[in-house]
Amino acid sequence: MADEAVFEFLHMEMVAHIHREALKDEKDQCISKLEALGFRVGQSLIERFTRECSRFKDELDTMKFLCKEFWGLVYKKQIDNLRTNHQGVYVLQDNKFKFLVQMSTGKQYMESAPKYLAFPCGMIRGALSNLGVNCIVTAEVSAMPACKFQIQIQRN
Amino acid sequence: MAACVAVIAKENYPLFIKTIPTENELKFYYTVHTSLDVVEEKISSLGKNANDLRELYLGLLYPTEDYKVYGYVTNTRVKFVVVVDSSNASLRDNEIRTMFKKLHNAYVDMLCNPFYKPGDNITSKSFDNIVVGMLQQD
Repeated sequence: MADEAVFEFLHMEMVAHIHREALKDEKDQCISKLEALGFRVGQSLIERFTRECSRFKDELDTMKFLCKEFWGLVYKKQIDNLRTNHQGVYVLQDNKFKFLVQMSTGKQYMESAPKYLAFPCGMIRGALSNLGVNCIVTAEVSAMPACKFQIQIQRN
Repeated sequence: MAACVAVIAKENYPLFIKTIPTENELKFYYTVHTSLDVVEEKISSLGKNANDLRELYLGLLYPTEDYKVYGYVTNTRVKFVVVVDSSNASLRDNEIRTMFKKLHNAYVDMLCNPFYKPGDNITSKSFDNIVVGMLQQD
């Protein structure tokens, strides 16, 4: 219980700090910085979490692991909806995303919501990259506190 | 115990190799390098029994006249290779498995160190100590 709150507060302060300290012309780098932070964390986390489980059969298996166990271990809940077009695009929908739950629902804070999604996006990207899947992760908020993460697998 | 322990990254370059001090260490390096082929073959074997594909421990990769080589692959495609002396017949499968478990745990702990950049050579002292513990000849 306490450890969830600690991380939430740390994350909020991290976002606030990076935006506060950014110089005038570096404002657009804040999101990238947060995403890069999340990337490294995701890499280490996935190494720890996949220690005991058996190997994944295919990409869909990996995504299911991400939605159920990874999300469960980090945010203490599972992804509510996973959709795919079977051509490398996956959409993960979380109806009560951890970092957005504390903000009031409604339009007031919708503009600042993406700042809080940069770190989770980076975490997903880091986790997948360590599992051998290169991808681009973006997030969007349609209605607080629900959000959608779109993962685009890059095949080459 | 083991004669040589190696950790290989997912791009198939070595992150860490340590051998017992002998006069011909290069031979171990070659053995580890050739074992990579066998590891790749085992991971990607199609049409095999589904159970085998889900195990992390690969087992005996191949025996040479003096040595036996064991392999282990993590979900993040990091490979651990252990070469043991054939004359040490008392080493059972279970002991090799525990050895790999210890290695895996040590690797995970080291990756979580924020000063370690993934993909760099492993220079952590505690990881080194754990490996040296496994290499002690008795």
